[in-house]
Amino acid sequence: MSLLEKHKIIEKSPTLLLVGSLLVVSIGGIVEIAPLFYFQNTIEKVEGMRPYTPLELAGRNIYIREGCYLCHSQMIRPFRDEVERYGQYSLAAESMYDHPFQWGSKRTGPDLARVGGRYSNDWQVQHLTDPRSLVPESIMPKYGFLTKTPLKFDNMDRHLRANQLVGVPYTVEQLENAKADVIAQATTDADIEGLQARYTYDDRFSVPLGDFDGNPDEITEMDALVAYLQMLGTLVDFSTYVPEANYR
Amino acid sequence: MKHLNATIILALGTLLTVFAAAFAYDDLFRIHAIILAVHLGAAAIYMARLVKVDGSGEVEDKSGYMDGPIRIGVILTVFWGVIGFTQGVLIAMQLAWPVTNLEPWFNFGRMRPLHTSAVIFAFGGTALITTSLYVVQRTCQARLWGGAGLAWFVFWGYQIFILMAATGYLLGITQSREYAEPEWYVDLWLTIVWVAYLLLFLGTLFKRKEPHIYVANWFYLAFIVTIAMLHVVNNLAVPVSFLGVKSYSLFSGVQDAMTQWWYGHNAVGFFLTAGFLGMMYYFMPKQAERPVFSYRLSIIHFWALIFLYIWAGPHHLHYTALPDWTQTLGMAFSIMLWMPSWGGMINGLMTLSGAWDKIRTDPIIRMMVMAVAFYGMSTFEGPVMSIKAVNALSHYTDWTIGHVHSGALGWVGMISFGAIYFLAPRLWGRKELYSLRMVNWHFWFATLGIVLYASALWVAGITQGLMWKEYDPQGFLVYSFAESVQALHPYYVLRFIAGLLYLTGGCIMAWNIYKTIKGDVRDEKPMVAVTSNAKPAE
Repeated sequence: MSLLEKHKIIEKSPTLLLVGSLLVVSIGGIVEIAPLFYFQNTIEKVEGMRPYTPLELAGRNIYIREGCYLCHSQMIRPFRDEVERYGQYSLAAESMYDHPFQWGSKRTGPDLARVGGRYSNDWQVQHLTDPRSLVPESIMPKYGFLTKTPLKFDNMDRHLRANQLVGVPYTVEQLENAKADVIAQATTDADIEGLQARYTYDDRFSVPLGDFDGNPDEITEMDALVAYLQMLGTLVDFSTYVPEANYR
Repeated sequence: MKHLNATIILALGTLLTVFAAAFAYDDLFRIHAIILAVHLGAAAIYMARLVKVDGSGEVEDKSGYMDGPIRIGVILTVFWGVIGFTQGVLIAMQLAWPVTNLEPWFNFGRMRPLHTSAVIFAFGGTALITTSLYVVQRTCQARLWGGAGLAWFVFWGYQIFILMAATGYLLGITQSREYAEPEWYVDLWLTIVWVAYLLLFLGTLFKRKEPHIYVANWFYLAFIVTIAMLHVVNNLAVPVSFLGVKSYSLFSGVQDAMTQWWYGHNAVGFFLTAGFLGMMYYFMPKQAERPVFSYRLSIIHFWALIFLYIWAGPHHLHYTALPDWTQTLGMAFSIMLWMPSWGGMINGLMTLSGAWDKIRTDPIIRMMVMAVAFYGMSTFEGPVMSIKAVNALSHYTDWTIGHVHSGALGWVGMISFGAIYFLAPRLWGRKELYSLRMVNWHFWFATLGIVLYASALWVAGITQGLMWKEYDPQGFLVYSFAESVQALHPYYVLRFIAGLLYLTGGCIMAWNIYKTIKGDVRDEKPMVAVTSNAKPAE
């Protein structure tokens, strides 16, 4: 056991112990994380992904603030039951603009990766305000206060800018129109052509629009959250997606 | 001029946070800055009243070690334990009876990080800092390096981190990274405190009078340095404003998920395992009055444990959009991890060889043995759950929550309680604990609580997993999601009761430690009556 005898050298030197531990614990992370940044096949080739509109991004920040991710995953696994229950299994490409990711780790409530368009705006607002009025078995907390809280969106350009800094391809035009785009998306009578042009991939896929919370006088946090929920999982055009070409 | 520097620093800190509040970019940052300013201001006033210009009142510890922060640390560990367990009981109640959610500040989504951070970082973290500073001084026969200032800075700096994290969650300030929820400015503060902690620990190792560095310190050192690495990398983010709460993480999607669970699993591996193994390696041999079972085993299992643990993160992302090669690698290393984990368990348990009778006579040893037993059980359960076929059922269910709690309540909780019961009489110069019988009551409340908790959530998790996958003969899914929620209600009630049992144990400990510090001794029958009349043959 001469090797273990040599351990005495390390045991007598705090420096060796420190450097040795740091080296040993670095290896796993380097091997597992670093390649994900340069292997081209880590993120599938898909059509349709676009950055969040400012209203959706604001809604996403409310989703994060309220800790929704603690009970709802956004990651459908490729199993028969999950695909039947929730829809097409999730791709890495679908969260490529997610800073941070919201895959979640627990399903106290159902997966939300493809909840977009599944229920009406009214249903979402009613369900968030009083979940048990629609689903008696539900144990979800109530979020009615969102309807009464005006959305702060004067500085959405700064939020888009921060996203741009971490790699989301927002354009100068999108940054300049951030505030106007919130108003355009959350009201019914606004000029929506600019918004549609800035955030639509092609004719088939468009930005969900409208007065989401049923209160046309005010843009509330409920508007933003429902706008976000209504676009979840709807971006990628699966008619052009080839799974076989994206095996990793 | 005792306390003068501390007073000045606290006053400057108060001023700085008042400015931060005045120029805040958003309301949440302003509220958060005001909370900090109030606390720092109160501390500054408190310290100013203690200033002694003539230098009188200097009290050196008779032991020659710096035990002031450690005494406060023991008290705060007990305090945070009770708070954290209470918080757990509250959110268990919210899951069983949703009417107990109070929007917006006390909804489950904001309360849950409060619970996890209270037990992991407030209770666990304070226990680790406290015991590591005690152990490193004793095993090095050296006073803490860097003077009283550095030690107190690390100690109170960490408590400020806890204050900011906890108040932030209720206000809705979160990065949504599990077990790394605090926002960028709180993360920066923790980085400063943590580097100071590393210097404090390392400096004391350099000052040691013993030729060898004792094995407990290897684990503490690996814990401190690895947590520093994980914390910095996982929290890389770009803030919207330097005077605002919100930031966006540097990485996105799949890379972000991998980084977060590399962090998340090693918060378990290094915060909740390596650090507490350090605790085991000092307090268990001390309490048993036996040497560590095997020196060679401790070398092998130390290096194997820290090398293998760091690879295990991807098992949190089985069957997700993470590439398969990463998942498989994570699974393989998670299974291998079983061996060094059990190496630690064997080394802990076998330390009792020749002293097994102490399990009967000494409730503190019983507590430590139960801790190591739970460590063994959860480090077996973990590799099993990391197998992809098992994970397909267990992931997203309450089985995971049950698994975490058998480790956290059983291993982390019990070994900390053992250390606290060991420390309290020694630090306050008492001959013995207030009551050994109350330790015994604590042991049984806690053990029953854990067993009930883990079994309720095993059943809940497997029920949930099976219901989601159940097909009828025609090939349709049998249950709606809501039906699976309804089916779990009885288990959520059981889990609430289990939490109450564990909390009751914690409260018994708090009373016992309070009375011990006061110097009282409970009038009670000794734990083990001397029944043997056997005499050696004439």
